[in-house]
Amino acid sequence: MTEVTEVTDAPDATPTPAPTLLSLVPKAEAKQSMKDFKSDQEVRWCPGCGDYAVLAAVQGFMPELGLAKENIVFVSGIGCSSRFPYYMNTYGMHSIHGRAPAIATGLATSRRDLSVWVVTGDGDALSIGGNHLIHALRRNVNLKILLFNNRIYGLTKGQYSPTSEVGKITKSTPMGSLDAPFNPVSLAIGAEASFVARTVDSDRKHLTEVLRQAADHQGTALVEIYQNCNIFNDGAFDVLKDKERAEEAVIRLEHGKPIRFGADGGKGVVRDPATGDLEVVAVTPENESQVLVHDASGTSPTHAFALSRLADPDTLHHTPIGVFRSVARPVYDTLMAEQLDAAVDQSGKGDLGALLAGPDTWTVVG
Amino acid sequence: MTSQVSSPAEQADGAGGAVVGGPRTPAGPGGKEVRRLDRVIIRFAGDSGDGMQLTGDRFTSETASFGNDLSTLPNFPAEIRAPAGTLPGVSSFQLHFADHDILTPGDAPNVLVAMNPAALKANIGDVPRGAEIIVNTDEFTKRPMAKVGYETSPLDDGSLDAYNLHPVPLTTLTLEALKEFGLPRKEAERSKNMFALGLLSWMYHRPTEGTESFLRQKFAKKPDIAEANVAAFRAGWNFGETTEDFAVSYEVAPATRAFPTGTYRNISGNLALSYGLIAAGRQADLPLYLGSYPITPASDILHELSRHKNFGVRTFQAEDEIAGIGAALGAAFGGSLAVTTTSGPGVALKSEAIGLAVSLELPLLIVDIQRGGPSTGLPTKTEQADLLQAMYGRNGEAPVPIVAPRTPADCFDAALDAARIALAYRTPVFLLSDGYLANGSEPWKIPDVDDLPDLKVPFAAGPNHELADGTEVFWPYKRDPETLARPWAVPGTPGLEHRIGGIEKQDGTGNISYDPANHDLMVRTRQAKIDGIDVPDLDVDDPDGARTLVLGWGSTYGPITAAVRRLRLAGRPVAQAHLRHLNPFPGNLGEVLGHYEKVVVPEMNLGQLATLIRAKYLVDAQSYNQVNGMPFKAEQLATVLEEAIND
Repeated sequence: MTEVTEVTDAPDATPTPAPTLLSLVPKAEAKQSMKDFKSDQEVRWCPGCGDYAVLAAVQGFMPELGLAKENIVFVSGIGCSSRFPYYMNTYGMHSIHGRAPAIATGLATSRRDLSVWVVTGDGDALSIGGNHLIHALRRNVNLKILLFNNRIYGLTKGQYSPTSEVGKITKSTPMGSLDAPFNPVSLAIGAEASFVARTVDSDRKHLTEVLRQAADHQGTALVEIYQNCNIFNDGAFDVLKDKERAEEAVIRLEHGKPIRFGADGGKGVVRDPATGDLEVVAVTPENESQVLVHDASGTSPTHAFALSRLADPDTLHHTPIGVFRSVARPVYDTLMAEQLDAAVDQSGKGDLGALLAGPDTWTVVG
Repeated sequence: MTSQVSSPAEQADGAGGAVVGGPRTPAGPGGKEVRRLDRVIIRFAGDSGDGMQLTGDRFTSETASFGNDLSTLPNFPAEIRAPAGTLPGVSSFQLHFADHDILTPGDAPNVLVAMNPAALKANIGDVPRGAEIIVNTDEFTKRPMAKVGYETSPLDDGSLDAYNLHPVPLTTLTLEALKEFGLPRKEAERSKNMFALGLLSWMYHRPTEGTESFLRQKFAKKPDIAEANVAAFRAGWNFGETTEDFAVSYEVAPATRAFPTGTYRNISGNLALSYGLIAAGRQADLPLYLGSYPITPASDILHELSRHKNFGVRTFQAEDEIAGIGAALGAAFGGSLAVTTTSGPGVALKSEAIGLAVSLELPLLIVDIQRGGPSTGLPTKTEQADLLQAMYGRNGEAPVPIVAPRTPADCFDAALDAARIALAYRTPVFLLSDGYLANGSEPWKIPDVDDLPDLKVPFAAGPNHELADGTEVFWPYKRDPETLARPWAVPGTPGLEHRIGGIEKQDGTGNISYDPANHDLMVRTRQAKIDGIDVPDLDVDDPDGARTLVLGWGSTYGPITAAVRRLRLAGRPVAQAHLRHLNPFPGNLGEVLGHYEKVVVPEMNLGQLATLIRAKYLVDAQSYNQVNGMPFKAEQLATVLEEAIND
């Protein structure tokens, strides 16, 4: 990679706002290990399922947070990935289809001393639960949402999902699916998400790094995890995993770094001055200075959104992974708690007797 | 001018129709005749934009502070502003007040205030001959009359000869009174409801200070509007006192004998319910969490609770009904006293989450302010047709306790009782109110906070089970042998980490289980838990040893009781019982039903309680039904019950 020096508009290295909301969550008293986060339940995903890798990454990463595990809660909906909470030795709720963000919102807004995680899939989050997802994102509730995207319905045995490519042949679409897919990252950015990232089940290191940043984020963090369903949609992300092909297909986003990929960083992302769209170019000494520097913390979501549109939905070519967007925005739970405090400041602590009596009473004497 | 009803039967709410003048005081205000009445029913009616609900509310407040017993019935269209001057746009407010204990907003008004031709036309059918009608003559011009199909003016064509008509140019008089304020005509005209209120306040000797200070407070930021309204209000009062058309005013003495000693206020059902929830949070020593989506007629509870954040109340206006209950359930998992408020269509959307709550066995209040259905139905009208939805409207065997308040003020106690059940048994509970209770109001003896029930339940704090090898463990589905409630272990409690979900659970451990015998056990256990809930025996009011029992539930209490009083006064014995608990039923219900030859069940649905009673107790309960969006009338029920007795 050629040296990139003095990029004047380069943002600061990853911002670390302090103090984080995690400081409200009690710390573990003793050092934790991955084992502490494994429940006694037998894991029952299909052998070879990408979910195993994500589970291992999460269990392996949790000790790093150092939080009291009784203050960690995993909430899920319905689907293969939603069995996740059963395997975590924390508090957990396996709820109903699509509703996990709503349930987690109630928990997180009433208990700021908890670290609340939502585990969901492409059908759960984007089909039946689409409404709850977008509203959690816009409110910026302090939730970490892990969206396992395998581009298929697994638990119901292989129907196409809202992220399946057009023309997908499945049991319910023998002549090919007709509807255009959602791009979860674009959707989340459009829903005012303050943190949006994408990672891949098989890349433990990348997955862990994204989880770390998500955990640090104040507000809702959406992490899309490309996850292989080896039974109903095997190989859906091979292009991103296969060493040779991945080099040309995957764009690794790093805050503050020029967006370059390919063999020896030979390709880069530039903005077409005519349309404002992003495009991939072969980097040359002439255009090297035009290669965009990734800024996840920009106030405007335009940059992150444009990046989310780079990938071809069919071939997954030019798929950015990493943190697209990470901005500070007021957190719903904090605002809610502040209103409660402000109400006490303004009117004093509630007096039930005075409330029940109200201003207009009369007395009946015996 | 002897049109006003004064029934000699003190206890016969709504009875009579006898026209009896009371003792007279020859020199009342303005030297006019004053007559004493024992009760009056007034209906204010006008266009949706005429401020009739506010006028009714103010008259109610004046009446409450005077010490009468009272009962109100607001009735308004679902449209915020239906086309002006049309029949669908008519909004009304009926108030019944008395010097004795009354139970209903009254069957038929003694006085109708009609602000326009549409209001007259829409309400005249309910007004008995001889009643007084006050009309705003300014609105009885060609176009407004034509709009509602009056070809000739009903004020002149003799069609109102049977009534005691007071034609008053309310608009003109209001404009005249407000001349000095220099307000735009449209603005000044809006005070005509206060002129009408002033006139009625004079007619019935209502105290006025409350309304004047209310107006000054309401328009604190617009002092000239406040003073204009006060001026219109006073002008209305003075008009009554001076004009010859109003020769008589009326006194309805405070209902001193109707009320036990204590301090009282006027309260509507939704307000009482909101206060009940706040009180329940305090008595349980738990933060109150409301997850809700706006829906008529339940939204007022969301509005009210959102004003009391200084009690630690969290209100969350969700993106939809499902998220409302979802958030509440999440808060329940976290250890809040969780509530969701809605009406029938919202319950339909919440059904799956209610089933999850049944499976999770967490405390949750589901408040259903019933309205006319099915589908969108009649959003602003009352009905009791969600009983079977509350009882059965879920997949699988998913029993949910049901509590129903009987009067507006009773919503307070019912909310506390529903919370008691939810917390003690870790179960979702339905609180079934309705549009009539929600918006209607009555005097309420303010309870002493120290007398409220203790609702505290302990959270699980440590292991509750010993394995064969002696290991102490926590089993989230190991039950209390008395209540069958499972432990409530909230996140943040070390060592009790556990997972719960909607999949069937193994008895005790709570682990996923597809075992057939375990499922059978769990289904029966969940049912047994609900069946075993401690509810008090049903009281039967039967002073005369009757052969017929009238059994009701919810808001029909007022009209049923009024009808029963009428019959007893007429020497017709009838027994009465009213259910607060519809699931489980009181333990003695079967015995009570078996005691009577005939059981009549009046309901504002097509016989839902009757269906349950028949199925469970094999009793040939006789249904009497009305689903017109309005509460029963006492007279109508009395007739039905009389027929049943004679039958």
